[in-house]
Amino acid sequence: MSEVQTVENMVSITIDGKEYKAKEGEYILNAARANDIFIPAICYLTRCSPTLACRICLVEANGKQVYSCNTKVKEGMEVTVNTPNILAERRAMMEVYDVNHPLQCGVCDQSGECELQNYTLELQVDSQSYSIPDTKRETSDWSSVLHYDAGLCIVCERCTTVCKDMIGDAAIKTTKRGGASLDKAWKDEMPKDAYAMWNKLQKSVIAPSNGTGSTDCSDCGECIAVCPVGALVSRDFVYTSNAWDLRKIPAVSAHSSDGFQIYYEVKPISIDNRDEKIYRVTNEWNYVSLDGSARFGYDYENRGVTKDKKAFDLAIEAFKKAKTIRFNSMITNEEAMMLQTLKEKMGIKLYNPEVRAFQKFLTLYADASGHSLYTSSMEDSMKSDFIVSVGGALRNDSPGLKYAFNNVQKMNKGAGLYFHPVGDTLIPSFGKSVSTFTHKVGLEEATLYLVLALFSDQDKLDSSVKDYITELGGKEGLIDLVGGDSKKFIKGFDKMMKKKERFTLMVGEDYYYHDRADNLAKLIALIEQTAGFNVVMNPPKSNALGVAIICDLDDNAEGYTVGYNEIGDFRLSALGDGDLDIPAFNQQEGTVTNLSKRVVPTNVALDYGGYELNDLMKELIDDAPEETIDWTKRLPTDRGYRAVEFDSLDNYYDNAGNEHRGYLLNVLFEERDTPKVEKFYDDTLLDGDIVYRCNPPRQFNDFSAKAHQIFEPFGLYVSSSKAESLGKKVEVVFDNGTIVVDVIEDKKMEGDIMALSDFKSAENVYGLFDGSRYASVTIKEV
Amino acid sequence: MSLEQFKNRNVGTQNYVKLDLAHTPTTGWGQFKQVVGRTFKPELFVGLWVTFREMGNALVGGKMHTTQYPFEKLPISPRYRAIHDMLRLMESGNYRCIGCGLCEKICISNCISMETKYDENQRKEVSEYTINFGRCIFCGYCAEVCPELAIVHGPRYETASEQRASFSLFEDMLTPIDKLNLQQEYDGFGAISPNADENIKPTPLAY
Ligand code: SF4
Ligand code: SF4
Ligand code: SF4
Ligand code: SF4
Ligand code: FES
Repeated sequence: MSEVQTVENMVSITIDGKEYKAKEGEYILNAARANDIFIPAICYLTRCSPTLACRICLVEANGKQVYSCNTKVKEGMEVTVNTPNILAERRAMMEVYDVNHPLQCGVCDQSGECELQNYTLELQVDSQSYSIPDTKRETSDWSSVLHYDAGLCIVCERCTTVCKDMIGDAAIKTTKRGGASLDKAWKDEMPKDAYAMWNKLQKSVIAPSNGTGSTDCSDCGECIAVCPVGALVSRDFVYTSNAWDLRKIPAVSAHSSDGFQIYYEVKPISIDNRDEKIYRVTNEWNYVSLDGSARFGYDYENRGVTKDKKAFDLAIEAFKKAKTIRFNSMITNEEAMMLQTLKEKMGIKLYNPEVRAFQKFLTLYADASGHSLYTSSMEDSMKSDFIVSVGGALRNDSPGLKYAFNNVQKMNKGAGLYFHPVGDTLIPSFGKSVSTFTHKVGLEEATLYLVLALFSDQDKLDSSVKDYITELGGKEGLIDLVGGDSKKFIKGFDKMMKKKERFTLMVGEDYYYHDRADNLAKLIALIEQTAGFNVVMNPPKSNALGVAIICDLDDNAEGYTVGYNEIGDFRLSALGDGDLDIPAFNQQEGTVTNLSKRVVPTNVALDYGGYELNDLMKELIDDAPEETIDWTKRLPTDRGYRAVEFDSLDNYYDNAGNEHRGYLLNVLFEERDTPKVEKFYDDTLLDGDIVYRCNPPRQFNDFSAKAHQIFEPFGLYVSSSKAESLGKKVEVVFDNGTIVVDVIEDKKMEGDIMALSDFKSAENVYGLFDGSRYASVTIKEV
Repeated sequence: MSLEQFKNRNVGTQNYVKLDLAHTPTTGWGQFKQVVGRTFKPELFVGLWVTFREMGNALVGGKMHTTQYPFEKLPISPRYRAIHDMLRLMESGNYRCIGCGLCEKICISNCISMETKYDENQRKEVSEYTINFGRCIFCGYCAEVCPELAIVHGPRYETASEQRASFSLFEDMLTPIDKLNLQQEYDGFGAISPNADENIKPTPLAY
């Protein structure tokens, strides 16, 4: 299902004498790739800024030698990929890359998919003309997951570029190698660009940018993914398998709601045990960037399960007498559809409080705005140039939106506003045009009023709204109210707004659990209408969006409850601790509805020998189909899904970077009147010690916690200053219970609000917060 | 005989040497005389003498010509492809295998399996290695592809055993460390050609 390519803004160029169409403003390299023409290129990363480290992408455009990765196409441009001079340059460059490159392809993890190997062969380098004394370059572990072998590094800077332009951590940079400097004699002897490239290469290696030996970053592993050689590898994977021995299973990341494209790479566990296991997760890194949970949180499968007929019969009985099914968002669309069918046919209540809150919010928003679903996506927000983020701890909740927020600053000369009660030191570092507002809990409506005041077309606003804004002290008053410095901000704001055309509002989870979600949803709709914003929301975890759309969830549970990966009187669990085993996400095929409203297919990475939900369905209802994926075409078309076969769903990116994964949900629009927004009250402000229900980055649920490369512990995450005032362990006293947790310092947090993890369902942190995301608590030393 | 002569089909012009053979007897009496004459020639006893002499040599002179298999084995050509050996480095005694996995990949019977890991010396360590000899067809590809001359075909051609697995592990194939001095360099399938040096272009070095 390909997206329609807009024909406007296309220019004609000729490449090697043939005419092609290219998007205006596109780099020659991307235009060539989109037309399936090969130009050698090493350092360029789609969606990141060109660094000109490798220079191998040289082409001739209109008679002049240019770098195709940073020269934009123009109407009528004539491009020649190979000229004798360019061929000589490229050959020299590849020879230079091979100088002192350790001859250890035999053991290297990248061998077989190494770009240095590939280009050396592609350019037929069969002899070496250059030499320079080598420098000892040490191997080091940068973090709990990163392993860097400086000897293999070709300093293409892809890792530093992706970390800065996409991930936003900017945790690594080039640093001095301290090796021999290049003999000036080479300058006359060798091709010009090759000399310049070598000169730079010879001077650098990569190191953590904070000057210490460790990166202290979000451990996303994206730098590993983009490294063309074996210099960056995960500590867990190093020397465990050759690339060609691994079988790639196209799938969808499981934990965050981003639903990233991933490949599980599997092979047998050992010589003795021929069952397969997942060795690593890779991705199409030019078009998608993963977070740490997607890359490293993969080994949560339910292993060694066989068909337990007794447990199965008990499960059938349990379902027959069940009044409620309790589940979470770690579930495919198909399974959600099964549960919905059970509700329809057997009248069982569906209880999923987290998604229920989100579902309600979606409905409120749809009612107010007329859009059946939010209008933007992660990819669309990456194309905007002004992003406002509200109600979400971007770094923790929503890696995909964090990447978009950051990428817009770096690539689109963008600007951004970040409103959140928990201060974050990383967000402001995304760009000069980023302002962060650390507001009081309870002032969420005020932040949206500020957005209205700053961005709305004042003519479109109702006079009552304008009056209210004036009453609140106008822009200045609101800025100061939500924790900004109005004088400073107003001065810079005009500059921020310069040449900005596409605005995106990112709405985070805090809003769904807000007492005044109703008014927030209306305000968002109003912003959309009057300020030209597109809105994207972050579904809380995994397939929350799919569940919210497919299932008619109930507000409370009652009676005999079947828990599906949740607590209940009878428990189906993929964690291996329930009354009946079910397959985990990496053992299932089906579809997921991701944050970008895309219905994406995922496949079975690991065998599963037990029963699955569809087996129960076959016993419980009359018309259950044979396979789980037969439910794909039964997904509700009146809610935006398509009646298509699972096996007909595409799953790839094309060379132009277009995503062909599944299909996009249909979003309907009905004209609505301007929503009537209400005033807000500040008597809901929380005070005293406040905790925030929020997981550390990379942790989302019991499954990510089970993964052996996700190390972030369960606990109370606090800023450095707060950590000083607390002991190692504290008791957090809520109105309806208490919990004793370790205090963990998060150096990127600021302020006094403490973030309590809720990824372990057994701890029932969700219950302690009673459906809210913030709570006033008493902290006791233990 | 020169090639020229050989190609010349014109028999009449060749210098053939004619053997001076007696005529085949044609009469019954003549044939009888020939049989009696051949039967009672003394050469018969020459032959018998040789047999007895060699018997004596073998039994009492210690010059037995029969190979006493299985106590004795004949040397075998280096190009014979028998059960694999895993060689060690002569200098350090370390095994040569670097765990590159090429043998595993190339094996057309898919019978090689290995496990590797990152060891404490930052090197790739082969933690497990096995060949399933139930499947191996002794094609020699593994020995040919091995960049380290680590896996080679040894001279051990007796492959009957209760358990095929009993000689399929790394330790079974590896040169025993106390027999390192007896390890032979391999010049069979996949060994470096004698003129290898001529085919190599030296790489400039800056030391
Ligand atoms: S570590 Fe890899 S990605 Fe980074 S500069 Fe070196 S070769 Fe390039
Ligand atoms: S793991 Fe991610 S955040 Fe850390 S250095 Fe690599 S790219 Fe940057
Ligand atoms: S001899 Fe051939 S079949 Fe046997 S292990 Fe080697 S490559 Fe495989
Ligand atoms: S090809 Fe040789 S060095 Fe490579 S794994 Fe096999 S035996 Fe070891
Ligand atoms: S790809 Fe253009 S300079 Fe490296």
